Amino acid sequence: MTRLPRWADLVLVPLISLALAFAISALVILSIGQNPIEALKVMVTGALGSSYGWGYTLYYATNFIFTGLAVAVAAHAGLFNIGAEGQASLGGLGVALVALSLPWPHWGIALPAAMIGAALFGALWAFIPAILQAKRGSHIVITTIMFNFLAAALLNWLLVNVLRPVGSMDPASAAFPATTQLPHLTDMAAAVGIEWGRNTPANISFLIALAACGLVWLLIWRTPLGYEIRAFGRSERAALYAGIRPTRIIVIAMMISGGLAGLMAINNVMGEAGRLLLNSAEGAGFIGIAVALMGRNHPVGIVLAALLFGFLYQGGAELALWTAIPRELIVVIQALVILLTGALDNMVRMPLARLFGAR
Amino acid sequence: MDYATILQILDSAVRLMTPLLLACLAGLYSERAGVFDIGLEGKMLMAAFSAAATAAVTGSVWLGLVAGILAAVGMSLIHGLAAITFRGNQLISGVAINFLASGLTVLLGQSWFALGGRTPSLEGAARFGSITLPGAETLRSIPVLGPFYAEVVSGHTALVYVAALLVPGTWWLLYRTRFGLRLRAVGENPASVDTAGVSVPRLRWAAVAICGMLTGLAGAYLATGLSAGFVKEMTAGRGYIALAALIFANWRPWRALGATFLFGLMEAVANRYPELDMGFVTIPSMVMSALPYLLTVIILAGFIGRATPPRAGGEPYVKER
Repeated sequence: MTRLPRWADLVLVPLISLALAFAISALVILSIGQNPIEALKVMVTGALGSSYGWGYTLYYATNFIFTGLAVAVAAHAGLFNIGAEGQASLGGLGVALVALSLPWPHWGIALPAAMIGAALFGALWAFIPAILQAKRGSHIVITTIMFNFLAAALLNWLLVNVLRPVGSMDPASAAFPATTQLPHLTDMAAAVGIEWGRNTPANISFLIALAACGLVWLLIWRTPLGYEIRAFGRSERAALYAGIRPTRIIVIAMMISGGLAGLMAINNVMGEAGRLLLNSAEGAGFIGIAVALMGRNHPVGIVLAALLFGFLYQGGAELALWTAIPRELIVVIQALVILLTGALDNMVRMPLARLFGAR
Repeated sequence: MDYATILQILDSAVRLMTPLLLACLAGLYSERAGVFDIGLEGKMLMAAFSAAATAAVTGSVWLGLVAGILAAVGMSLIHGLAAITFRGNQLISGVAINFLASGLTVLLGQSWFALGGRTPSLEGAARFGSITLPGAETLRSIPVLGPFYAEVVSGHTALVYVAALLVPGTWWLLYRTRFGLRLRAVGENPASVDTAGVSVPRLRWAAVAICGMLTGLAGAYLATGLSAGFVKEMTAGRGYIALAALIFANWRPWRALGATFLFGLMEAVANRYPELDMGFVTIPSMVMSALPYLLTVIILAGFIGRATPPRAGGEPYVKER
């Protein structure tokens, strides 16, 4: 098969896949008797037409940047981490334990501690599948799926029996101290005299997510460890001959991956909810798969894909509010993006390769 | 705990085992032929919705069953296209199928029935009725075995018996027919099958299609046999538990029966005793619901037994030129 030019591989293939996903989604909308053009208008106005919409879009995008990076780091090592969902929920537990353990005087001190808690818990939840893969050959895809269910059961039990404050009926932890409230992007904009995004949950975590993108880029393409991860991901046997230790790479890559997924909790648990709720990750871990696939496992691509899914999420909420289209439409679009960019990649690639070969 | 309670729990275990068994056998065909399928959950969900929606509209459970099977086979075709024809990543395709079903069922259900993703409740001919096996009432007076026959063996819906018969059926097909031999070979060493002049894609397509049919039965049973209608996300992880049972069963049909019965029993016990009091310690229901997943991890880690998946599983076959 002819190789595609680099730009076609990086830009054209994802764009065509995305266009196909949207076209099929439009057919689905038509089939339930709704107007896709109208739906798109509602989504664009709702998610991008105001600073309020943008505030939510950026808030969702923050979650997806973290989980997208998580899936991508594992993917560079040739590992498919489906467990970002469970790792993100455990990250939430880490944040909650940190936030509730001490009377934090200021968010600036609480945030680094919460980040450590979130990353540590996420990383530990990824460690067990990783070590089982490395030492016992247990398939990481199956174990991480199982660990998602185990995380859900564990949190369910903890929230009902341990973390729930006395007298409360909700399966949720106590509210975090007010001093741990992270500054919202609204406040930061107001500080420089701009009125932007009132009452939106977008917070400082967005900037931390962008910083994480930079760090992941440095790690993967500018450090010896990143080189080893990529080498191992490309060819395990070649990596072995080069003296790269598989156990070390599998464990480190998965723990970084789990840590990144866990870090998502500073956005949704600490930045937004202010307490730990049941099912706090709300599927963001799975969207990370779509984001990483679309973004071709590169931080820049991941930011763009996360923004796209942030837009879809906020637009989907608006859609459910103003039209008869349920927000599950977003799940369908997400599925189609995963299918077309991940599994049916060759369907898009083969005709393109023929086209470029014929020229 | 008296004998009547034990019988009730066993009866419930058989009912809860059935969707797991059907899905587990479905996965067995697919994975034995070298096509990994983590999309069992999605296919079941799609089939459950399709069966319930059709049964609700037509009032016929049999039309519902056909619709359920067609829906699941349709999803299988997507998986086959990705895994066999375009040699894509089978795991990613499975994930996509799960999300596709999860989104589509609610989207279509809400716009057709406007019940928040549910279908109308099914009754009468729109549900599978229970079948009383011959002699169940007359033999009831025999101590111990009589009530067991009447309560646990008899009185289930048709699909329960179909599922049970599929176990020896699958064993026979896989180990006593030429098709079965080739199917197993294509999952272990597709190149050898190819050398023998047998088409690898055709065998894999057959396996994927059988997988679709069986998940169709599983989904239809969930919505029209076990419950009376479709509820959003009603498979509730059963596709993954079936996958776990498949590993537990080491990809063999008889052991699949044992594994799914064990998981069905756990669910039945958890349903009956939400807080299991063992005298010295109370086991919360979350532990019971998490147990299948925990057991699978332990099995996969090789601490009890050893899971040996088909060798060529998950790899697209590329003919050498």
